[in-house]
Amino acid sequence: MERWEKRIFILAMVFLFAVSTFTVASGQDTIKIGVIGPMQFVQGIGQWNGATMAAEEINAKGGIQVGNKKMKIQLIKADSNEFINPTDATNAMERLITRDKVDFIVGGFRTEAVMPMQDIAMEAKKIFFGVGAAHDELCLRVAKNYNTYKYWFRGSPFNSTFLVRTSFVHLGTVGAILKQSLNLPKIKVAIVAEKAMWADPMIPAAEAVIPKMGMEVVGVWRPSDKATDVTAELSAIQRSEAHIIFTIFSASVGITFARQAGELKIPAMQVGINVEAQKDGFWEATQKMGNYVFTMNTYARNVEQNELTKPFVDTYIKRFGETPAYTADTYAVIVHRLAPAIEKVGSLDADKLVAFIENDVSKGPSGTVAYLKDAEGRHTHDQKWGPGYLTSVGVQWQDGKLVGVWPNKWKATPEAPEITYKGVMPVKIPPWMIEKYKK
Amino acid sequence: MDLVLNIIISGLISGSVFALLAIGFSLIFGVARIVNIAHTAFYMVAAYCIYFVTHKMGSHPIWGMVAAIVLVTLLGIICYKLFINPIREHEGAVLIATIALAMAFQEIMVLKFTGTFLSVPSLVKGYFAILGVKVFYQQLLTFCVVLLVMAGLWILLMKTKLGLAIRSTAQDREVANLMGINEARVAMLTMGISVGLAALTGAVVVPLTVLEPHMWLHPLIMMMAVVVLGGLGSLKGSFLGAYILGFAEALVVFLAPMGAFLKGSVALSIMILVLLIRPEGLFGVSFEEER
Repeated sequence: MERWEKRIFILAMVFLFAVSTFTVASGQDTIKIGVIGPMQFVQGIGQWNGATMAAEEINAKGGIQVGNKKMKIQLIKADSNEFINPTDATNAMERLITRDKVDFIVGGFRTEAVMPMQDIAMEAKKIFFGVGAAHDELCLRVAKNYNTYKYWFRGSPFNSTFLVRTSFVHLGTVGAILKQSLNLPKIKVAIVAEKAMWADPMIPAAEAVIPKMGMEVVGVWRPSDKATDVTAELSAIQRSEAHIIFTIFSASVGITFARQAGELKIPAMQVGINVEAQKDGFWEATQKMGNYVFTMNTYARNVEQNELTKPFVDTYIKRFGETPAYTADTYAVIVHRLAPAIEKVGSLDADKLVAFIENDVSKGPSGTVAYLKDAEGRHTHDQKWGPGYLTSVGVQWQDGKLVGVWPNKWKATPEAPEITYKGVMPVKIPPWMIEKYKK
Repeated sequence: MDLVLNIIISGLISGSVFALLAIGFSLIFGVARIVNIAHTAFYMVAAYCIYFVTHKMGSHPIWGMVAAIVLVTLLGIICYKLFINPIREHEGAVLIATIALAMAFQEIMVLKFTGTFLSVPSLVKGYFAILGVKVFYQQLLTFCVVLLVMAGLWILLMKTKLGLAIRSTAQDREVANLMGINEARVAMLTMGISVGLAALTGAVVVPLTVLEPHMWLHPLIMMMAVVVLGGLGSLKGSFLGAYILGFAEALVVFLAPMGAFLKGSVALSIMILVLLIRPEGLFGVSFEEER
């Protein structure tokens, strides 16, 4: 009997080994992509929607060709809850890597939360495409410590420096329109930036550049990113007689500010970055008071950066009922960067993929992506900005519609050719501003 | 001159919002020694109730406000009966239970409405200007409601039998009980009034703000600061404390615009400074005296 027991035991072991081998083998038929973000908020919902669309599109074609086999994409959702508790973000990232054993990660939103998330992913040597955070430091880390941080790539948006540069272009465009239309001798600008890490480097930059653009800075206001009442700030801004309010908002203060400024008819145009104003729900959230707010955006209905924009935006709207926000660029990252890289390299090996992606130039719905090197020639894995690459679009709320208004005959340098994206419309000035200034 | 006027108006408005919340919180603490951390969560639930009635049912905001006040008051009484009353004698347990309640409300709202930022229309749209300073009618309404609530509470506490019972219970629960006052019933009614005030605050303030499931946290901190500053359980103290912190916030925004985000921190620092000089708060009963 003892011999029989031994045989049964050995058979059981062989069976278990076979089952586990089969499970691992079938696990290898999918590429696991972790999508991490604040999933209860529109930013995270955008990240998930973009990734879902990408996975559906790739899986419908049979998957990604890795060497001689096709592998389908499996998405794993991780709620970082980073708006409320950044510690939850690191836990979510740990879970993705250790429990879910993902191959790649996309997402992250708040720089403060993405930095520790980045450290965890880098330690595990997982390629992490940031789709949400803009701070330069995230990519400077790659240059400073390449061996550790080389698995990080910026996905969207472009970095804070380029964001502010684009905003200055928007500011200059609107300043010129106001000056000409309202016959103003000198444009006065109030800078209003939420208190958040990503906005910090933008303020000294704005204070230095705006006077060089021939405009005057009349003050800097820094409300909390979750401020629910900014009437005091608005009163102070009105007292300063600013013509333009240069906004740097990514959180709910963008709604409060736009709504209260619109309701009080503050005679100044809001130009800059207002992430909440990039969303279709902004109009209702501001009780229709967000009219004439101008913000940078990644996509706009009926505006085409290239031939890939319209199919992506239209399909996204059809699938999810709203215009994609920049966090929905998880789609572009997976479909236009990660998947082609895996197919060309023929492997999921992170080091081989890093070597390929950092030198690759790929076209996506928001423009052409190329990765930058710093002045010393070190890879930063940050994205190139400018004509022919990523520029973003300028959008303005005009009577309930989010209309693309920039670039419209934009010249990056005096010698550069004019750029106008298909579908852009002229900028509109708030009528109460015209009433106040037009004599 | 208009800078001073700006500070006065902003201070009065912020102070009114704090006062509305703090008075309700102070009332239930004064009467039943219940530290209701969920007080501002009831304010948040009221705000979502108004959103639901106006946006999902398409009714006028006034109906939303009526529904919010009635339903949230009922919810407060039910929560009191189910979760607070059984553990009322253990103040630490009540504190933790109300934190749990607030978190539960928050998560329910996240599940129902997600974390999307929402808003509700104003009851009175538009603004008026005083010497060039623009003020929303809704803000004026908030200020008037605070004054009315204070007057109403004064009448309730000073001129009615219920008020007498509430004051007696606040002064000495055991003696009030011996005098035939149903102390448990008074506590429940006071809880209803307190939560009703939170709902009323939600009703008048929410058109001025943005709805999201975590909107109860910041007002909670400010409300606690007001209550501690004014003296735990003192309505007069809460009223005064609210305006002190309201004016502190306005001063920061107008005099140090770069540090506008510090307005809450500055207000809390003032509270700490006052407590260092007068640990019982402005109108609180000193701890030695209470013992």
